[in-house]
Amino acid sequence: MTNVSLITKGIIKENPVFVLLLGMCPTLAVTGSGINGFAMGAATMFVLILSNIVISGIKSTIPSKVRIPAYIVVIATFVTIVQLLMEAYTPSLHKQLGLFIPLIVVNCLILGRAEAFASKNNMFHSFLDGLGMGLGFTFGLTILGLVRELLGAGTLFGINITGMQHPKMMLVFILPPGAFIVLAYLVSLNRMVQKNK
Amino acid sequence: MTYILIIISAVFVNNIVLSQFLGICPFIGVSNKVKTAIGMSAAVLFVMVLATMVTYMLFFYILKPLQLQFLNTITFIVIIASLVQMVEIIIKKVSYSLYEALGVFLPLITTNCAVLGVAMLALDLPVKYSFVHENTLMYAVVFAIANSLAFGLALILFAGIREQLQLVKVPKQMQGVPITLLTAGLLALAFMGFAGLV
Repeated sequence: MTNVSLITKGIIKENPVFVLLLGMCPTLAVTGSGINGFAMGAATMFVLILSNIVISGIKSTIPSKVRIPAYIVVIATFVTIVQLLMEAYTPSLHKQLGLFIPLIVVNCLILGRAEAFASKNNMFHSFLDGLGMGLGFTFGLTILGLVRELLGAGTLFGINITGMQHPKMMLVFILPPGAFIVLAYLVSLNRMVQKNK
Repeated sequence: MTYILIIISAVFVNNIVLSQFLGICPFIGVSNKVKTAIGMSAAVLFVMVLATMVTYMLFFYILKPLQLQFLNTITFIVIIASLVQMVEIIIKKVSYSLYEALGVFLPLITTNCAVLGVAMLALDLPVKYSFVHENTLMYAVVFAIANSLAFGLALILFAGIREQLQLVKVPKQMQGVPITLLTAGLLALAFMGFAGLV
């Protein structure tokens, strides 16, 4: 597998949001707007890349019986770093994403990549895999957030594009049920597009 | 009275799965049959209440006096992971039939974000609920019980709907995950009717 395809497979063919359906909790919970989706994706990508590199580096020293707890501790360390950084530099975003920043620890995407890829490949390839999967996750979350924002509030990244003062939109798409419904249609749309290729 | 309010609010108004999106993976993953849904709910009830009790005491009696609150993520997840392992070993020794029923679900619970999420939310109930005025261990435990009941309710309801769904002809592009998500969306919509109850 070439270096380029390592990155692109995470974005299109094995997109974690639309194809693999990993890390569903943050996917559904924080995508009320495009910005939130993007920020959550970026935070997850940061943790994913760094934990992939570190786990790939120490893979030969971890006994295989305790590998899962060891991975979780590595991941939790980086999550704590992200949490403290966001609290210091982007406090409003930190408040909006709230509980879901510490919950990056239990995002099955990160543990899944550690187990399926980083524990078997070298550090550079693990970095590329983390980058690709992270970009795919960020892409998916941003799209989902933008669709929900557009349908629910008539804005894109907070900018009103409907031309009305107070656009009357379908509020349900910003509320919890909208997350399930929009993701359902995006997954099926993605299937249709991939099949026609 | 406060206890009843916590339970009603957690089970119906702010359902942990359908309005807070915690524990979506098992919600989608093990909701094919009502029987497995009941097994999973029981395992979650067990682990969630134990984990919340332990992490609450750890936070207020060890981390807070030492001003190490920022370590909560890393310590909680290690505690939950080892607790799940311990529960698995104990159940296997004490009651093998219970182990047979819950065994397969226990390893899955470590990465169930509902357990870690509830343990963290239980640290600061007065912020979440205006009718709770102080943090006590008892409130945290009731909160954990209520949330695991909420998880069970959502999971079992959903499994019942999905069993019926197997008899229905679904368009090809919507088969599998999309129709499941859509059904969950409708269930969430129904639960929004409880808004404003508490």
